Amino acid sequence: MNALEFIVAGMLAAATPFLLAALGEMVAERAGVLNLGVEGMMAMGAVVAFIIVYHGGGHLLGFLAAGLASAALSLVFAIIALGFRANQVAVGLAIGILGQGLSALFGKSYESLTVKGLPKLSLPWLSDIPVIGGLFAQDVIVWLSLAVTVAIWAIFAYTKTGLVVRAVGENPKAAHALGYPVIAVRFAAVAFGGAFAGFAGAYAAVVYTPLWADGMIAGRGWIAIALVVFGTWLTSRIFLGACLFGAVSLASLAAQATGLDISSQLLSSLPYLVTIVVLGVISSNRRLLKLNGVASLGEPFEH
Amino acid sequence: MSASFRPSLPVLIRREHASPAIKLVAPPAALGLATLLNLGLYLLMGRDPGAVFHAMLLEPFLSWASFSEVLLKMGPLLLIAQGLAIGFRAKIFNIGAEGQFILGAIFASAIPIWLPQATGQWIWPAMLVLGALGGALWASLTAFWRVRLNANEILVSLMLALVAAQLLNYLLLGPWKDPAGFNFPQSVMFQYDAMVPILIPGTRVNVSLLIAFAFSLAAWVFMQRSFAGYKLQVGGLAPRAAGYAGFNEGRAIWLSLLIGGLAAGLAGAAEVAGPLGQLQRSISTGYGYAAIIVAYLGGLHPIGIVFSALLMAALYIGGDNAMVSANLPIAAVRVFQGSLLLAYLVAMAFVRYRLEWRHAAHGSTP
Repeated sequence: MNALEFIVAGMLAAATPFLLAALGEMVAERAGVLNLGVEGMMAMGAVVAFIIVYHGGGHLLGFLAAGLASAALSLVFAIIALGFRANQVAVGLAIGILGQGLSALFGKSYESLTVKGLPKLSLPWLSDIPVIGGLFAQDVIVWLSLAVTVAIWAIFAYTKTGLVVRAVGENPKAAHALGYPVIAVRFAAVAFGGAFAGFAGAYAAVVYTPLWADGMIAGRGWIAIALVVFGTWLTSRIFLGACLFGAVSLASLAAQATGLDISSQLLSSLPYLVTIVVLGVISSNRRLLKLNGVASLGEPFEH
Repeated sequence: MSASFRPSLPVLIRREHASPAIKLVAPPAALGLATLLNLGLYLLMGRDPGAVFHAMLLEPFLSWASFSEVLLKMGPLLLIAQGLAIGFRAKIFNIGAEGQFILGAIFASAIPIWLPQATGQWIWPAMLVLGALGGALWASLTAFWRVRLNANEILVSLMLALVAAQLLNYLLLGPWKDPAGFNFPQSVMFQYDAMVPILIPGTRVNVSLLIAFAFSLAAWVFMQRSFAGYKLQVGGLAPRAAGYAGFNEGRAIWLSLLIGGLAAGLAGAAEVAGPLGQLQRSISTGYGYAAIIVAYLGGLHPIGIVFSALLMAALYIGGDNAMVSANLPIAAVRVFQGSLLLAYLVAMAFVRYRLEWRHAAHGSTP
C-alpha cells in the first residue's frame, strides 16, 4: 500500500472524532452557546467507552454510555452557563479541566491496556476500485457518522426544528417573543453537543486507536471547535474540514513510516500548525464570518 | 407564554445593586462546596475522606517544610494569573499561558546551555529577562493573529501551547539533550550562577516569589490607577462605549497578550533557574491552565489573586501528600481544580442575582 492509498483508506476514520465533536459543537453554537469544554467531554466519553468495552460490555453499550456521560457533563455546563448565566468561556474551560481530570482518574488502572476495534464493512464493487477502493471499506461508526452528517445538514436546511435552533442563536429575544423556549432549546443543543463529543471520544478510544493512554484526545476537541469556525457553521464545510484534518494526521503517520527525515515532534504539531494557519486565513475574511456567524454566540439570555 | 415551560422553577432575578457581601463570601463558599463534592467522590472511590481532607487541605499548612513548598509553587501561579487576569478583564482570553511559560523556560535555558562555563551574578537576571521576552514573543503570535487576521485568540493561544510542548520535546530529545543524561529528556544541570538566589534560608523559596509579589503590586496599580488599565476594563465591560470613546481595541489586545505572555515567560524562566536547575520535559505541571482558575477564583482582582494563588499552590502540595498517604491518583487535583472553578462561578451568580421561587402558571411568588 503506498502513501496515497493509505491516506485515502484511513482518512474517514481519522476524520470521525473531529467530525462528530465538531458537528455537536456546531449545533450548540448555532443555538448561541459557546461550550469550550469539548476536549474534556471527549476525554470523558473516551474513558467511559473504553472501560465498558474492556469489561466486555460491547461497543454499542460503550458508545451509548459515553454519549450519556458526556451529555451529563454538558448539562452541568448548561445549568451553570445558561441557568446561572455565568461566563460561558469560564464555564467551558472549567468543564474541560474537570472532564480531563475525571478521565485521567477513571482511566488510571487501564493505562496501556487494549481492546478490540471494529471490523470494516466493505461496499461491494466500489471497494475493489484501485487506489480509492479503500475509501469504501469503513467500520460501522464511520458509515453511521456519514449518515448523521447528512441528517444534520437536512435538519438545518429543511426542517422547522433547524430553523428554531438558528432563531434562538441569531436573535433570542425575537425567538422568545414568538413563544419559543429559548433556554430549553439551548439546553437541548448543548446536551446534543455533549453526547456527540462523547461519541467522538468513544470512537477515538475504542475504534480508531483502541488503546488507553491518558491525554489520548491530544487537542482534538480544540481542533473540533476550530473546525466549526473553519466550516463557518455549515455542516458540509465542517465535513470537508474534518476530512482535511483526518488526511493531515495520516500524512504525518505516512511520512514517519517512509522514513523521511522530519522530526516526529514537527509532525505531531502539524495538525495544530495547520489549525493556526487555516484559522488565520478563514478569519481574515471578516465578511464571510459575519455572514455565517451566530449573532448572539456566547451571550447570556435574559428577558 | 414564557411561564408555561418553566413549571415552579426557581428564577434568577437581577439585583438592583450587586451584593458586595456575597462577593466576599462567594470564594470560601465555593471552596466549601467543591470540597464536599470531592470528598464525596473520594468516598465513592473507597478512600477515607477524612484522611484525604487532612492530607490535601490541612497538611500543607501544618509544617514549615511543606508550607515553604506551597510558597515555592505559589510564585509561578501568582505571576501567570496576574498577567492573565488583566486580559480576562478586557475580555481577551489568553488561555495558552502554558505555551508562553514553556517558551520562557526555553529562552532562559539558552544562556546556561550555550554558555555553560560562564560565571557571574548577571546570569540569572539575564535569564529572567530573556524568559519574559520569550513568553511575550510567543504571545505576540496570538496577538498578531487576533488583531491582523481576526482569528479567535482562545483557539490560537491554545494551539500554540500544544506546539510549544512539542518544541520542548524536540529540544530535549535532540539538540539540547544532556549527552551524559542516560537518554533522559532533560538538559545539563545549570551552573551555580544561573540559579535565582534563595530568599528564605533553609527552604527552596527564592527571589522569584518577591518578583511575583512586586508584579502583583504593579498589576494593582495598573488596573486600579492607570488610564491604560481603565481603558482595558471599559473595553471588557462595555466594548461599544470603549469604541465610541476612541479606545483602540487592537492596542488593548496587544497589551493584554504581551503582559500575559511576559508574566508567564518570567514564571517559566524562574522555574528552570530555580527549583529545577535544568530544562526538563516536566517543567510545568499545568501551571498555565491552573493559573486560569487562579485568576477567576481571585475575582480577576490583583489582591484576590494573591489568596487564590496560595490556595491553588496548597492544593498542588496537598495533592502530592494525598497521593502518598491516601493512595489518591494525582488526577484528583485536576478534578478538584475544575469543580472549584465551577462552584465559584455558581456562587458568583448570586452576587448579581437572587433566587426567587415562582409557580409557573401565573408567574406569582408564593
